[in-house]
Amino acid sequence: PSARRPRLAHGAMVGLATFMIVSKEDVPQYECDFGASREQAAGYAPGGKKDDAAHLHQFVMHAALDFVDERQWETNTMNLKLVDRFNDLLVYAFVTAGGSRFLLLHDQRNEENVRNFFHDVHELYLKILLNPFHSPRAPIVDETFDARVRESAKRHFP
Amino acid sequence: ARRARAMQRQGQTPSIVDRPLPKGRSEVSLSAFSFLFSELVQYHRTRASSIAELEQKLSEAGEGVGSRMLEVLAHREKSNRREIRLQGILQFINTNVWRCLFGKVADSLEIYNDDEYVLGDKSLVVNRYISVPKDLGDLNCGAFAAGVVKGVLRDAGFPAEVSAYYAEVDGQRTPKTNILMKFAPEVLEREKRLGA
Repeated sequence: PSARRPRLAHGAMVGLATFMIVSKEDVPQYECDFGASREQAAGYAPGGKKDDAAHLHQFVMHAALDFVDERQWETNTMNLKLVDRFNDLLVYAFVTAGGSRFLLLHDQRNEENVRNFFHDVHELYLKILLNPFHSPRAPIVDETFDARVRESAKRHFP
Repeated sequence: ARRARAMQRQGQTPSIVDRPLPKGRSEVSLSAFSFLFSELVQYHRTRASSIAELEQKLSEAGEGVGSRMLEVLAHREKSNRREIRLQGILQFINTNVWRCLFGKVADSLEIYNDDEYVLGDKSLVVNRYISVPKDLGDLNCGAFAAGVVKGVLRDAGFPAEVSAYYAEVDGQRTPKTNILMKFAPEVLEREKRLGA
């Protein structure tokens, strides 16, 4: 695993976070970038562009999926807490009963807030899933869902 | 939920995301369900070219129910515990899923082979008011329930071939419905790896 990772020499940034929902078959269903100012995001990426930071986040989160796959068969709790690390970035994971993975990329260590955030999103996710017109693997495009996820993030990661 | 009530007062329909999760205490009348189910069977009967295809369509309809049941019941009844062992998921289906859908737990759960388990129900609700005409031969509308089980098993990570068949029972006029689950090899390998 470490051989696959690009090496980056860089210092800390504050409050940068990305959240992603990936289905059981590794299909991305939802993604949300929050918390970063443009300057902070630009400062983290080597080329200084916000896009690079976003790509890096996606890469790190997908790489973490291997660890999630292992962890989820070792415990019957949904909240897997911290599953992987990349430089200053921490990856937290939550697995639902149906195998959907919630991944949170954050640079701050606060398991309590992460747990509450995952709990909120899980309830929102269940409501979307119960809609018989929603295909289980389809992307979640509901605007209200997106709004509530962002509100929950603001509440738990001030 | 507060937001939902505020919107309703203003005459707007709140988004599904703002309404509270159902508590699962509501019931549907048997006649309403039987009517809807019979319509479902008749709809697919005219469009399927074989009995196998008809059962396949019923099974697919059930899978959507199963995958949602798994998620909701794990949250509502099992305080967010996931099943990672075969016995666990079988008990979950036997007890939680059956009780939520049919109002009672399944009648039996037996093992036939290493990879084959059978769930039995003496009077499966979906079959109770179905009479199969001769020209449809082997058709078992319990395929819908088999689909529910298949959806639960697949999403929980225990993929299996699931089918429903009738079995005569001594002393009972109507046959019981058995749901046969044949698990994929990776399930058995993982069970072995996780230990006896």
